[in-house]
Amino acid sequence: MKRTDPRILVRRGYGEGPLHLVLMAASFALAAYAGVRLLAGDAFGVIVWFVGAALVHDLVLVPVYGAADRLLCRSAGRRPAAVNFVRVPAFLSGLLLLMWFPLITRKAVHYEPASGLSPDVFLGNWLLITAALFTVSALWLVVRTVRSRRRETNRRPSASH
Amino acid sequence: MGDSRRKSPTPRAFLSRLLPGRATAILRSRRAAAIRERLPSAPGFWRSPVRGVPFTAVLGLVLLGGITVLFVTGLLSYAAYNPDLNPVNDKTPDKGLLGFYLFAWPTGPHWLYRLTQGVHVTLGIVLVPVLLAKLWSVVPKLFALPPARSLGHALERLSLLLLVGGALFEFVTGLLNIQLDYLFPGSFYRLHFYGAWVFFAAFLAHAGLRVPQAVRVLRSGGLSGTVPGDPLESPAPAAPTLSRRGALAMVGAGSLVLLITSAGRSFDGPLRRLAALTPHGAAEPGSGPNGFQINKTAASVGLTTTDMGEGWRLTVSGPAGDLRFTRDQLLAMDQHSSALPIACVEGWSTSDQWWRGVRLKDLAALAGYPDGAPGLLVESVQRSGPFRRAALRDNQVDDPRSLLALGVNGEYLSLDHGYPARIIVPAAPGVLNTKWVSRLTFGEL
Repeated sequence: MKRTDPRILVRRGYGEGPLHLVLMAASFALAAYAGVRLLAGDAFGVIVWFVGAALVHDLVLVPVYGAADRLLCRSAGRRPAAVNFVRVPAFLSGLLLLMWFPLITRKAVHYEPASGLSPDVFLGNWLLITAALFTVSALWLVVRTVRSRRRETNRRPSASH
Repeated sequence: MGDSRRKSPTPRAFLSRLLPGRATAILRSRRAAAIRERLPSAPGFWRSPVRGVPFTAVLGLVLLGGITVLFVTGLLSYAAYNPDLNPVNDKTPDKGLLGFYLFAWPTGPHWLYRLTQGVHVTLGIVLVPVLLAKLWSVVPKLFALPPARSLGHALERLSLLLLVGGALFEFVTGLLNIQLDYLFPGSFYRLHFYGAWVFFAAFLAHAGLRVPQAVRVLRSGGLSGTVPGDPLESPAPAAPTLSRRGALAMVGAGSLVLLITSAGRSFDGPLRRLAALTPHGAAEPGSGPNGFQINKTAASVGLTTTDMGEGWRLTVSGPAGDLRFTRDQLLAMDQHSSALPIACVEGWSTSDQWWRGVRLKDLAALAGYPDGAPGLLVESVQRSGPFRRAALRDNQVDDPRSLLALGVNGEYLSLDHGYPARIIVPAAPGVLNTKWVSRLTFGEL
């Protein structure tokens, strides 16, 4: 009688190796153990948050910033090298807004009464940081452009000779 | 980073005029193919030349280290509350085996919680751009068809939902909690703790399956190398506007900006002002000896000076019975000093403040435990709030630096810092340093 290697049997029925199967089983068992506790309160709310976070990220956030980036690349047109001088400060500023919007937009209503600190500073600080980022980027671009132009004029043979 | 849609081929209209019946069918199938080409499930839809297994591998390895530190410091913070000591400290009584590692949280070094929780929150903030970039780098896989090639593949994709959903759930609940924006569906402690275990279960499986590949790819070709059959590399890349190295630098710049604008919330002075966008950064709530950071003001928990006026008494209970003290009687006892920080679960902390008051071990002796009390239940005048009662362990009560503080930095406590008396214990999380203390019960907990 011909005996088949059990590893091949697993691969045929399961599609992946036996290590994969063991890891998945262990992972789901632990996730389920913690998961029933996570869902013990507002189960529906937690599921909405868990799955919703992934969906909002993949189907809203990524397409939105992807589209903004495409728009930026298209509007840069003939100067594709300049794209990053807008892309990087815009990314940094957007990242800060994404993370701290409850404070920046004063949505975090508990903050001031609990901490005794005014949340009014955050919008101003965010705008100042954004302005600083774009200013640094603009200066960098100007210096680079002037330098590369100078290099070009130096390389060009002068007409008077 | 440079995704742009592919132009569809022009339909061959002349064919339909030549051969009406068959041509329409061909055209229809061609049109369907053209539409399929323009869907995110088509490999050609994703055009950024930055994507590729080496790019994902670098971000993945950074997250492997970073998230491991987040998980460990998170578990330490959970242990620091001493949840197994008494139900009043325990927001997760159904934890079961997940509390397997719990231990008596030490009182030294006195900056221990300040360090572990500062690292937990600051590192979490700094890792956000790395996480977002990692998710961006693998997004074509989300739309890949067929949805499942085999049972194993289907399970892995389900596990990835726990991984991605779990990571975002943990980061979002953490970021909202430190901004005191309690939008999430339930108690932060439960959601963040159990959510962390669900996430970490998926994280371990993902690391087990992918880390060997990530290491192999980076060893063989480095960041700019090509991997044969790379599923993440675009088959029709757009003209590059940013190299992989440049994209990593951009992510790193994001982390650096976040580090600069948040790390200062673990220090006093100019460093805190530098933390210009983070809660408890930018400014101090006041000036002078009581001007340092406040977690909950008296007004926010509904307390006024009249609650703590002449009528205030401290009750000390133990085998010696119930003893009642006025503030003046406490001030007449032996006063001791401790230089200790306030370190909050939200990741901010103060430098060492100079507290002055009565040692907890001296009060334990009055209560009938001259050789050290087995534990202490502290109750606050505060009428509501999850930590209006807190339990301290024997090592915390016995530490000579643990005080019932009446003053700080050379003045009496302000109302917002717990006037007339508050607990201060080395290395304990902020909320266990109960303010506006009304009752101390020494004994078995």
